[in-house]
Amino acid sequence: MRIGPPAARVGRQVPLAGAGPARPALAGRLRARGLSDPLLAWLFIGPTILLLLAINIFPLLWTIWLSFTNYRANRPNETVEWVGLRNYQRILTSEDIWHTLQVTAHFVCWSIFFQVVIGLGLALLINRQFKGSGFWTTLILLPMMLSPAVVGTFWTYLFQPQAGIFNYIVNFFIGAGDFTMIGDVRLAPWAIVLVDTWMWAPYVMLICLAGLRSIPDYIYEAAEVDRAGPVRTFFSITLPMVLPFLMLAVLFRAIENFKMFDLVVELTSGGPGSTTEVASINLKREAFEKWRTGFSSAFAIILFVTVFGAANIYVKLLNRVKAR
Amino acid sequence: MRRLLRRGPLENLAALLIGLGVVMLMQPYSLWLYGWSFAVILTGTIMFVLVSHFPD
Repeated sequence: MRIGPPAARVGRQVPLAGAGPARPALAGRLRARGLSDPLLAWLFIGPTILLLLAINIFPLLWTIWLSFTNYRANRPNETVEWVGLRNYQRILTSEDIWHTLQVTAHFVCWSIFFQVVIGLGLALLINRQFKGSGFWTTLILLPMMLSPAVVGTFWTYLFQPQAGIFNYIVNFFIGAGDFTMIGDVRLAPWAIVLVDTWMWAPYVMLICLAGLRSIPDYIYEAAEVDRAGPVRTFFSITLPMVLPFLMLAVLFRAIENFKMFDLVVELTSGGPGSTTEVASINLKREAFEKWRTGFSSAFAIILFVTVFGAANIYVKLLNRVKAR
Repeated sequence: MRRLLRRGPLENLAALLIGLGVVMLMQPYSLWLYGWSFAVILTGTIMFVLVSHFPD
């Protein structure tokens, strides 16, 4: 007797016992009314395209136009003048904005470096399936489930110069007595790196764990037969197979950290001085404190093109790694 | 002409321009490099979008 695959698995509709004749799908009914396939397709994707145009494309085009004007959102009745490339010229010759981009680069590079190292390390540990690994996984994942505002407020208390437990512990071990994390111009940039790493390393861990669980056991068994040591196994099997997942995590985190705002505002508000003033904080000050809408639009476009270009080459690199 | 307009090498060149521009934008050494960074990134990005439609 030949046993075939179940009907549902090969895509045929299985009528339920006792149910009447199945109602034709919406597309089928519309087609019966004489609507052609392309028209049907437009009917279905039309609302989504309209929504995209309204909330994504139109604001983008409007921001591009504003970036060439001297428009101020707090003076809507004033005449708007076309200033050409003057806003871009001012941004690209401003040492203050150059400084905020360096602060952003420091924050993005170091936080991603630590998140990758800690996230991958945690994923390798959790993947060992020890007793209580489920409990530890949940515990490790907790920080990324919190709101950045909550995390920022919580860490601000820990970093308090007088009563903060973080400063107390560090003072206890190094015996300095005047150690302060967010009040020190040298340490404040590292404070935001520390908090972001604490919050988002679990996210990198989660993505790496998905990659590790997708590696078939027989590859490790073959490596064992070939008497490959743990270091060789890691560099020849684990790392190359987790790499696409890791790169994806880095892409997501890099884009997110490049426009990081809430966590830094809660923690330091860009201070002390402007040592932790990342680009997005400067952008917000230009747009909603100084009300230089045209200028801030040009700055936003510069940041957008940078992230868009970097994401493009990163995706190209990711595809190359996946193809290998 | 067709040999010159191949996707692979031009895409690599565009990626190189974008990477160079990002480094120029965020480096702490030269204001002149910072000033030209956006032009380099924009050129690279537009080039990347265009050449990604070229044949392989």
